[in-house]
Amino acid sequence: MTAQDLVTLTVDGIEVAVPKGTLIIRAAEEAGILIPRFCDHPLLKPVAACRQCLVDVASPFGPEGTLRPFPKPQPACAIAVSEGMVVNTQLTSPVAAAAQAAVTELILINHPLDCPICDKGGECPLQNQALHSGRPTSRYTEPKNTFAKPLALTPQLLIDRERCVLCQRCTRFAAQIPGDPFIALQKRGASQQIGRFDPDVLGMAVPDGEGPFAGDVPAVDGRPFAGYFAGNVVQICPVGALTSAAYRFRARPFDLVSTETVAGHDASCSTIRVDYRRGTVLRVQAGDDPSLNDEWITDKDRFAFRWTAGPDRLRTPLVRRDGVLEEASWPEALAAAAQILTEAKSTAVLPGGRLTLEDAFAYAVFARRVLGTDDVDFRARPASEEEADFLAHVVAGSGEGVTFAELTAAPAVLFVGSEPEDEGGVVYLRLRGAGTKVYSVAALASRGLKRLGGTLIPAVPGAEADVLAGLKPKAKGVAGEAAKELSGGVIVVGERLATVPGAYTAAVAAAERLGARLVWLPRRAGERAAVEAGLLPGLAPAGRSLAEVGQDEALSLFGTTAPAKGRDLGRIIRAAAAGRLDAIVVGGLEVADLPDPTLAAHAFERAKVVALQVRRDEVAEYADVVLPVAPAVEKPGTFINWEGRLRPFPQVLTSTALSDGRVLQALAQKLGVSVPLGQVETVHQVLAALGRPAQRPAAPAAGVPAATAVPAGSAVLATWHNLVDDAAAADYEPHLAASAPLPVATVSPATAKAVGVTEGGRLAVSTDREVIDLPARIDPTMVDGVVHLPTKSPGSHVRAALGAAHGSVVKLALAGKGAGQ
Amino acid sequence: MTDTLTPLLTSRWGNPDSWTLQAYLKAGGYEALKKALSQDAADVLNNVKDSGLRGRGGAGFPTGTKWSFLPPPDGGPRYLVVNADESEPGTCKDIPLMMADPHQLIEGAIITSYAIGCHHAFIYLRGEVVHVYRRLLGAVAEAKKAGYLGKDILGSGFDLELTVHAGAGAYICGEETALLDSLEGRRGQPRLKPPFPAVAGLYARPTVVNNVESIASVPWITLNGQEWWKSMGTEKSTGVAIYSLSGHVQQPGQYEAPLGITMRQLIDLAGGIRAGHELKFWMPGGSSTAMFTQEQLDVPLDYDSVVAAGSMLGTRALQVFDDSVCVVRAVSRWMDFYAHESCGKCTPCREGTFWLRSVLRRIEAGRGKPEDMQILEDIPKSIVGKAFCPLGDGAPSSLVSSLKYFRAEYEDHIENGRCPFDPKAAYLFKEVAA
Repeated sequence: MTAQDLVTLTVDGIEVAVPKGTLIIRAAEEAGILIPRFCDHPLLKPVAACRQCLVDVASPFGPEGTLRPFPKPQPACAIAVSEGMVVNTQLTSPVAAAAQAAVTELILINHPLDCPICDKGGECPLQNQALHSGRPTSRYTEPKNTFAKPLALTPQLLIDRERCVLCQRCTRFAAQIPGDPFIALQKRGASQQIGRFDPDVLGMAVPDGEGPFAGDVPAVDGRPFAGYFAGNVVQICPVGALTSAAYRFRARPFDLVSTETVAGHDASCSTIRVDYRRGTVLRVQAGDDPSLNDEWITDKDRFAFRWTAGPDRLRTPLVRRDGVLEEASWPEALAAAAQILTEAKSTAVLPGGRLTLEDAFAYAVFARRVLGTDDVDFRARPASEEEADFLAHVVAGSGEGVTFAELTAAPAVLFVGSEPEDEGGVVYLRLRGAGTKVYSVAALASRGLKRLGGTLIPAVPGAEADVLAGLKPKAKGVAGEAAKELSGGVIVVGERLATVPGAYTAAVAAAERLGARLVWLPRRAGERAAVEAGLLPGLAPAGRSLAEVGQDEALSLFGTTAPAKGRDLGRIIRAAAAGRLDAIVVGGLEVADLPDPTLAAHAFERAKVVALQVRRDEVAEYADVVLPVAPAVEKPGTFINWEGRLRPFPQVLTSTALSDGRVLQALAQKLGVSVPLGQVETVHQVLAALGRPAQRPAAPAAGVPAATAVPAGSAVLATWHNLVDDAAAADYEPHLAASAPLPVATVSPATAKAVGVTEGGRLAVSTDREVIDLPARIDPTMVDGVVHLPTKSPGSHVRAALGAAHGSVVKLALAGKGAGQ
Repeated sequence: MTDTLTPLLTSRWGNPDSWTLQAYLKAGGYEALKKALSQDAADVLNNVKDSGLRGRGGAGFPTGTKWSFLPPPDGGPRYLVVNADESEPGTCKDIPLMMADPHQLIEGAIITSYAIGCHHAFIYLRGEVVHVYRRLLGAVAEAKKAGYLGKDILGSGFDLELTVHAGAGAYICGEETALLDSLEGRRGQPRLKPPFPAVAGLYARPTVVNNVESIASVPWITLNGQEWWKSMGTEKSTGVAIYSLSGHVQQPGQYEAPLGITMRQLIDLAGGIRAGHELKFWMPGGSSTAMFTQEQLDVPLDYDSVVAAGSMLGTRALQVFDDSVCVVRAVSRWMDFYAHESCGKCTPCREGTFWLRSVLRRIEAGRGKPEDMQILEDIPKSIVGKAFCPLGDGAPSSLVSSLKYFRAEYEDHIENGRCPFDPKAAYLFKEVAA
């Protein structure tokens, strides 16, 4: 910042230089002076509604620069500083102090004195302001405004209207940040209130389907969908008006211990604060991280935390005896596991995609050195060899690549097989905030893409590689436009390309051809760390080849010789199902997430399974030994987010639970190998010693199969996970689940016509397995001959029910008319 | 004294079918437009600027100066918005004007649009006056059919669309930025300024917002010249204006006279105070201005003299209250209005008017407490100068001024626990008594 960009002013006699355009309220903060405020929020546009921040201002005027005071106190939140300005706050100006006291008194007249039962009590700006500069007793003796309370805005969000100070932070957030204006100011004067469209409150009769939200996506509860970020309004509410059903009346803020840590529900790995009391997490709040998530998080990061403390939480090891899992001591269980792994002639490791870097590294070493197998794959979802090659070539060992700041500053960002909102969470918010030009190669313009103002490059699922190959500056229409803008831009690829042969190959080629950078946006928080740790066949940590084991001292933990290149997820499952694999070590994954859950269940049935699990879930039903491990909140560790940024976090809760690494170390010990897998430092030392790989593994080189004709009555399936769905990590959060978007089957008008379905009618989507029967939504942006289903939403478990994936051919029919025939 | 009346804007109101195009043309209508279209737009603008015409909506800002604040044309649209959201208690000039002589406003809007380079003008009308809405729609249709609106007006090459928009009934929408939000289809609440409407107004484009009477004055100034206009009124408050007398005068109504006329003259014109009574207090410019008493009867009713005397000329809504009126009751009713109409955006206006309403109602009902006097003193101070927009600042004016002149009357209510007045004695119409 050059001196010309700085403006010097005086606040309460303290001279301070701030960038041009800074608002007085923030210039004062630079001088260490806190001006009270309610409506002001640094990430929202000023509104100057609450009038709590009134201060005395004088500016130089005319050629002489004579200081001229404003005739009345000014809102510090809405006025930009100017050179030579003199600001006197409540600390030095009786006028400002009187104005602020007046506003405080007025705010309080209709505010209930219910701090003792208010969730905000103890962390409430209004309470602070009232105690700091309010009157000892109120002069207001008239009846206060009252409202029926609370009013449910969504199944998760409740509003106690009498507590609301009408600062509009919530409505401004909803409109400005995620673009989900589900609430607005209503009525006026002292009856003014925040609300959603509610005919009862507004005294309006609205015919069915003719409300202002008709045609918008409904939530599971049938009301208009409030979005994936609505929970942020609870955090920014300066009083206790907005509460969440999940936290309301659960705790007092002063009883909570707050620890800054990292969210583990998506690959952004947002900064969060976990608030707990006596060993129980009660609340998650967004941290303040301008480089990453600003002050916002997804509702999943905010509300999905009870899964670690449910009735299915494992506290002791389990060993199967006579077909029944029974509690066992650690020595018994380790001995049983060691026996299984010793007796097995062939073993594989499926650690799952939610691991910390430290635990991922422990699995990587354990598999190769202790079990002597390279049959290891972290992916617990549809996966391909091409994807593994892509990850090894592009991602592994690449360190920090494109950052949030670079992504949002790019001339254009192209998403391929990736949904910025559903799969990226705050990636969507940052792009929207920056107004970045976004393109999406997909079968339809998703709700997120529309709110990003993005452009759809239509692609039938499976044809993404062809579309990528067609992105050339000379191409006609949107493909040419995108190709030109992507020079210096970013191409973001996501997990569903794993079922599109040739797509990763085409993405690498397109990035090179167009001069764009390439980003892999995985959906799970642990996937990037798993790649860095080498949890793919043939891959060592930091992008090194497993063949380097024995040659590079830095890989000495892997032993002296590496096993031959192993099998990936699909081949491991098929081998086990065919009885050609004796034992599998399984980490935190769900059977239902695997590409073919039926086949996977069969595989786990046939092979011996040693499971390292937080909860007793479906994998345990097939396991012979279950070893309990700690969830992220009970251990220190490091996630690596999609940027490649290390996101270390501390242990939040005191716990006796062991990390996966500690358990693997003990198991290795039992198997006669002493290796320090349970230490947080180990992997960092290894990665530091390895540095960047001198030579990258070869680029993926998969061919594009010829397109197969889709028979009449069928359609190609487009599918991805909604951000809030039936994920196991969202278990025990009924209010979150009820706030999710309603699962619908989306088709184009022509496809709908061909099937004979109308908007809201029921569409049966089937394979030779089962039928998924959902309300139809007709989307004019949708490519013809394609149907979109959410991957794992209520009533739409695509993998389990259909055994299908993105790009599969499925049958379409009107529900109840011979579906699945 | 009748020679002080100067009917211009009101001159045609009594003509048969005065609202029709035919009647308007017969009375010399649209001649000013022809003259304007034969001139350079800049000359039309300068003529109005030099005339010293000041805004008739209340604030009194020079109209031509406001026009000249528009940035130079950039090829994009610029808008004229006529503020016809007349809704303050006592103010009743624009609605009869639009009812009786809508073409006068339309002609003014066309000339103004020509002067500022606007091709789509809007009249934002208070929503409750459906009869006026119908009349304006009819007049616009007539004017369009006759070629005064639309493409190539009178062969001049100038195009103008004029849209009449009815609001949904909110006093706040008379505040120009709230009006613009409402016109855009949003909730009508005042915008943060800057940017001012001249820079980013309707649809974020340069916009002029003028009162009905200001725009209706434009044809007169255009036709007769700025010198003629300046020959009327005072040096800094030029021309004529409509004075709306209501309340306890013999003949309430619209009295158009040069600015600077006194209330004494106007009351004489209106036949004096109700028989058997004396003037107690009067409002010079609507309920948002400080009240006057007999002491100010000779204050010239121009913008600056009224300010010097401690109030505002406002909309020249002269409400007259004789000695039968309880000032606590009158102020209480006004506060009801402000509490009801406060838009709710800012704390001082929203909560302050709500509190004052409760206190005033209690005092009037005989349940006042001695400490209420301090609240009546303090809360207006918490509103004035702290509220977001001028409408909040104006809300306690009647209360503050009434305490200045009639403090004892409030104390009497509190001490004796009852209102000393008979409300029926103030009734103007027998049939209202109930």
